[in-house]
Amino acid sequence: MNNPQLINTNYSKIVQDGLWNNNPALAQVLGLCPLLAVSGTVINALALGVATMLVLVASNLAVSLLRQYIPNEIRIPIFVLIIAGFVTIVEHLMHAYLYNLYTVLGIFVPLIVTNCAIIGRAEGFASKHSPMPSIIDGISMGLGFTGVLVALGVMREILAQGTLFADANIMLGQWAKTVTIFEDYDGFLLAALPPGAFIGLGLLLALKNVIDQNMRKRQSSRLTVEVLDSNAVAVISQPD
Amino acid sequence: MKSGVISRSGLKLGLAGAIVIGLVTLVYHFTHDAIVESEYQALLLALNSIIPEESHDNDIVEDTRTLPASKELGLKKDSLIYRARKQGEIFAVAFPVTAPDGYSGPINLLLAIDLQGKILGVRVVSHLETPGLGDRIESRRSNWLQQFPGKSMENPSHEDWKVKKDGGVFDQFTGATITPRKVIKAIHKALMYAEAEPGVFFDE
Repeated sequence: MNNPQLINTNYSKIVQDGLWNNNPALAQVLGLCPLLAVSGTVINALALGVATMLVLVASNLAVSLLRQYIPNEIRIPIFVLIIAGFVTIVEHLMHAYLYNLYTVLGIFVPLIVTNCAIIGRAEGFASKHSPMPSIIDGISMGLGFTGVLVALGVMREILAQGTLFADANIMLGQWAKTVTIFEDYDGFLLAALPPGAFIGLGLLLALKNVIDQNMRKRQSSRLTVEVLDSNAVAVISQPD
Repeated sequence: MKSGVISRSGLKLGLAGAIVIGLVTLVYHFTHDAIVESEYQALLLALNSIIPEESHDNDIVEDTRTLPASKELGLKKDSLIYRARKQGEIFAVAFPVTAPDGYSGPINLLLAIDLQGKILGVRVVSHLETPGLGDRIESRRSNWLQQFPGKSMENPSHEDWKVKKDGGVFDQFTGATITPRKVIKAIHKALMYAEAEPGVFFDE
């Protein structure tokens, strides 16, 4: 194994990138169409997130396995073919075994093909890395995307309907129950409508930026301290 | 030289396409029966919710006839009409009705009537109405649709087939009058059509 990337693979960095630093929704800001349209309830968000993650992992793996055989000039059409193929497979499986969910998500399952976060990972990561890191990248990015979808779903569903996990039985079976957060809640319509999705995403982006800024500040102050310390050591250890 | 690269790339692209199509075909083949079964179950559930399961003794999903496209039902394409029978006699039918002018798009309904033109049940199949307002026509969000069973063209009278706001007998929602208004209009039109052309609905 003389592939330098294999030696330098830093799994924890891949995971951190996918979940936070380079999160597809919050840092790359990709795949917003499903993100905004399907995050009205937690269950819809979770279902689309999982479907997207399945496609992402499968396409990352396929692209990575085939990366030596894909001619550079036609790599994009081949990525699109691979992604479209996996989306169609996921769509058939949902149609067959999760029929109600399939009807609820409607057009957004086939639209996973156009989620640029997926082709972005194929081009930016999987085509340059071996299968294992590509799978890890697919899972991390998929979880990062699903996480933002679900967070948005939680915000919007609580605000709009005063419930959580409405229609959970469609996805998870009869044991799953809707949790009512506010009894006799009149509903806050804005949260259910598209503007609510945009505002919610804006708030999440702002939150991420605040957290990142604080972390950077703490890191840089720690760095200064370390630099000062090492200077002090240097000064002390300097022979006169 | 250049054309060699192009044809080689084209060949590889074609090969990739063939492999992907083969994979999808395989999955289609394996899921086909399950998909047909899920569609059947979903339709059966929908039909049984408006024509009680115990009232008929035939397979209502399979007992169909073509329902021609018509303005009266708001149907742009030929559709299917489902017949409920008891001992071989049709006593009720279920058929799609579309309110083409909902607040943000067509509202697709499934309507069941008996031989006398009385409504047995209504179900919303799909719609694009505003979440939280117009979507309360769905039976899982409110019991608004429950006021229709038992009604017919003469009951209430022609002028009363409206929402209360317009002087009729049917409830509307606060903040959403257009949706109920259009659904009521579509159902009323369908009932009048069934009265005028019973053959379209009840012929063998």
